[in-house]
Amino acid sequence: MTAGVITDRSMAGADAAGAKIANPRGEVPSTAPQAMETAQPAPAPASTPAAASAKPAGRSGEWLRAIGRAVIPPIAGMALLIGLWHLATLNGGGIPSPGKTWDAAVVLFSDPFYREGPNDQGIGWNVLASLERVAIGFGIAAAVGIPAGFMLGRFAVLSQMLNPIISLLRPVSPLAWLPIGLLVFQRADPAATWTIFICSIWPMIMNTAQGVTRVPQDYLNVARVLNLSEWKIFTRILFPAVLPYMLTGIRLSIGTAWLVIVAAEMLTGGVGIGFWVWDEWNNLKVEHIIIAIFVIGIVGLILEQMLMLIARRFSYETR
Amino acid sequence: MAKKIVQIENVGQYFDTKNGRFVALRDVNLDIVEGESIALIGHSGCGKSTLLNLIAGLTHPTSGVMLCEGREIAGPGPERAVVFQNHSLLPWLTCFENVYLAVERVFAAKEGKARLKERTRAALELVGLAHAETKFPHEISGGMKQRVGIARALSMQPRILLMDEPFGALDALTRANLQDELMKILAATKATMVMVTHDVDEAVLLSDRVVMLTNGPAATIGEILEVDIARPRDRLALAHDPHFGDCRAAIMEFLYHKQLKRAA
Repeated sequence: MTAGVITDRSMAGADAAGAKIANPRGEVPSTAPQAMETAQPAPAPASTPAAASAKPAGRSGEWLRAIGRAVIPPIAGMALLIGLWHLATLNGGGIPSPGKTWDAAVVLFSDPFYREGPNDQGIGWNVLASLERVAIGFGIAAAVGIPAGFMLGRFAVLSQMLNPIISLLRPVSPLAWLPIGLLVFQRADPAATWTIFICSIWPMIMNTAQGVTRVPQDYLNVARVLNLSEWKIFTRILFPAVLPYMLTGIRLSIGTAWLVIVAAEMLTGGVGIGFWVWDEWNNLKVEHIIIAIFVIGIVGLILEQMLMLIARRFSYETR
Repeated sequence: MAKKIVQIENVGQYFDTKNGRFVALRDVNLDIVEGESIALIGHSGCGKSTLLNLIAGLTHPTSGVMLCEGREIAGPGPERAVVFQNHSLLPWLTCFENVYLAVERVFAAKEGKARLKERTRAALELVGLAHAETKFPHEISGGMKQRVGIARALSMQPRILLMDEPFGALDALTRANLQDELMKILAATKATMVMVTHDVDEAVLLSDRVVMLTNGPAATIGEILEVDIARPRDRLALAHDPHFGDCRAAIMEFLYHKQLKRAA
């Protein structure tokens, strides 16, 4: 009995001592950078208590500084890019200056949804047309690719059968698929959609299949011990466990789809941001091409961020 | 004589690996009677968990016969619930949903939703976690997770509870708490239990018989110790009980004298 009490006490003592040691240790790294910024060569032990006591007063300043740290570097980066662009176009040449491009953009975006015949439409319509093609091609790819990925992950024979084919077809350039689409569908529009489909399906198949094979054995043991039905295994274990992998695949796919659409539309024509780029090249409106590059980039960024948001919402790891 | 609930006859298990055949278990003979608590103890790698998985039906023996209530064990079944070492709760389900998944599987055919929910709550209450039912596994402590795992197993009203080092990953105080609670639950439900452990005190405290396995490969049952201590058992009183000390000593003698020599 007494022995137990003594060990308990000594443990408590050790704990307290541990806490005493841990506290100043925890303080030092958080205050040290501050001290370094304000008083540079001052010896660390002297400046640390001063910084610690000044902390509550300087909280709003700290907050502003945090925002500054987050915002200033990206703005500086953009400024650098535009500065270099400006310098490169100072002596004229084919590439329009940032100012000229800005002026063109203001005109362009003042009326993005005009329609003057099939080959002359506002940039808004062109972006929407491209998004529609991506949505259809990508949607079909998801509808085929995700179930296929589940099958491949669940049945080893199937994955052994199809993996060589997938490895062979995956690195093929999107444009190589376009003639096949044109041949089969006889029209440009479905051919572009087909190209999107075939290029965006692979990441979804691969990632979903990988997710299925990586479901922890523990969870599958739970399923076996509880004797769950195949449907319950799918809805309660496989699907939630694979979801993060699947969403990664979807994210990669939509990125690929958005990459491919520009190239495909350049070749197929019609309405769409890719075609628009080519059309403006033929009209020699280079500033419009630069605007298109920005628009393509921004739309791609938005698509990616949207999917990241969805992924975060559905991932159990971050909930 | 109490009813035999599990019969293990001449069971052997080998695995074919890259380096040839690995014999994990051989000639295992054991009868588990209704209501008793058995601890499987042995050095790591001796096949304790293999034996438990065989009883659970997660793996099949390569020789011999395994019977549960007179029928051959062909696979996992709700009458043999398993508590895993690492709790194995599904992280995307709340504690309630984790237990409900098991309850639903066993009783949904006969009972309505309200009754299933009642069962789930009762199981969580049994392990003292009624207040945490809406929490996700990552929001609760390791000890609580293990309790949910136990609740999930008990909620199926199994004939036999199989536990694979259930408290191995917990700190000593939490472990002692859960051991005490498990003893109360077993006394209340009169459940049969087989527990894999590497903790000598735990084995003596919780079980009626301690089954000691020899070192692998080709492990088998070396000795079986009857723990003749009246229940309910109190861990503080037992610390001074000479019989408790004898049981401990017997197991230690087996593990650290007889078996360690052979290993070296």
